[in-house]
Amino acid sequence: MQTSYSSSRILLPVRPWFIGFTLLAALVLNYLPTVAWPGVPDWLALVIVFWSVREPRLVGMGLAFVFGLAMDVADASLLGQHALAYVLAAYGASSLSRRILWFPLGQQALQVFPLLLLVPVVQFAVWAVVGAELPGLAYFLGPLFATLLWPLLTFVLLLPQHQPVDHDANRPL
Amino acid sequence: MDQQPPPFFKRGPAPVALLSFYVALSLALLVVDARFHTLEVLRQGLSMFTHPVQSFAHLPAQLLDNADSYFASLARLQEENAQLKRARLENVAALLRSQQMEVENERLRKLLGVRERQQVSGQVAQILYSARDPYARRIIIDKGQQNKVVAGQPVIDDAGIVGQVTRVFPFVAEVTLITDKEQAVPVQVVRTGLRSVVFGLGDGQLELRFVPVTADIQNGDMLVTSGLDGIFPAGFPVAKVVHIESDTAYSFARIICTPLAGVEHFSEVMVLDPRPAVVLPEELESEAASKHAKAATRSGPAKKKRLKKD
Repeated sequence: MQTSYSSSRILLPVRPWFIGFTLLAALVLNYLPTVAWPGVPDWLALVIVFWSVREPRLVGMGLAFVFGLAMDVADASLLGQHALAYVLAAYGASSLSRRILWFPLGQQALQVFPLLLLVPVVQFAVWAVVGAELPGLAYFLGPLFATLLWPLLTFVLLLPQHQPVDHDANRPL
Repeated sequence: MDQQPPPFFKRGPAPVALLSFYVALSLALLVVDARFHTLEVLRQGLSMFTHPVQSFAHLPAQLLDNADSYFASLARLQEENAQLKRARLENVAALLRSQQMEVENERLRKLLGVRERQQVSGQVAQILYSARDPYARRIIIDKGQQNKVVAGQPVIDDAGIVGQVTRVFPFVAEVTLITDKEQAVPVQVVRTGLRSVVFGLGDGQLELRFVPVTADIQNGDMLVTSGLDGIFPAGFPVAKVVHIESDTAYSFARIICTPLAGVEHFSEVMVLDPRPAVVLPEELESEAASKHAKAATRSGPAKKKRLKKD
């Protein structure tokens, strides 16, 4: 019998090129000039956390580090600032992945929120050491919106893995 | 013969080991970048890969901008043109006069035996975007190593000083705005000639430091560059005093200024050519040589040290 949660339905195996494509797309989204708007989520963090939860054996700290460096170079930040934040988030996501996937989407989002919040908090900690002040609470709105987007993101990123819906009377599942 | 685990169990190093490796690596990068500023080559190398992605990401915004100007109505353009012509005529008198005065000034300075003021020239650059990081007040301009931009060049717009080039990549350069926390500009109060230094506050405003409580300074005073640093040419408007707090408990007044240039919103800026190094008299030369090893660059580390002191 199929379980009731859509998050645990049986999926086709993921294609690695699709993971790479979504990560690149998230990088492009992050590069868009959206500084002026508060609460724009960190797309890259969201996608890295998503794949670390879904495919902890394919996406992990290595990719998080590389994409973090790409953000640092483009963003005039300290080199390693995004990398550190993404690596920590990816570690948290992959170690919690077995648990998170057990829940329905809404509760998954709740568990992902602290991981996403970790990213700006780590970056702020890095800057606090150098001597910066808190840039305002609007800065932490991003993870909140990212959390709200979690169910939608799960649906979109898992679309290529959905099985065709032709019911075979002879198949047990 | 040893028993090998089946390949299914081979998952590389333990997650905690990997985590400590990557965290240590990022911390090392952070410390080296923040303290020693020696990772510019790595940054430039990486930017070769990120630059194409970035320009791709900025295509939509640029297209929108271009479309906007493409569909600008003829009437508006004509009006704007007429306005610009009028403004030019109005400015012509002042310009001619100032040219004549510059020549006269040069002659007088020669008579007095004072060094001539340096001519200022530069190249116009377009602002691509401002850095996403909320902690860094930086913008990226479309001129880089290809256009012979070097770190340290001052950047101005039509109203005054905008900032200073701090990092140069092959095709773009990064400008630190004067409102950035790490940026300091030596200035002079126009009305009294008082010299001091303004520091960015990181929130779009500037603070004039090291001015005694008793100093003659008023709201609305204009600050111009003093040119003492050998980087910014003298006499460019920087900021206006908007708020003075003189508490006699402290020896220095707290003076807040707003930048005159449209520091946070503009589209085109001018990158001024670097000023030629001033030749020191011989007795100072030897003294400077010994100090040179310590303060190799006048940029980042020196500024940070100054910040720490106060």
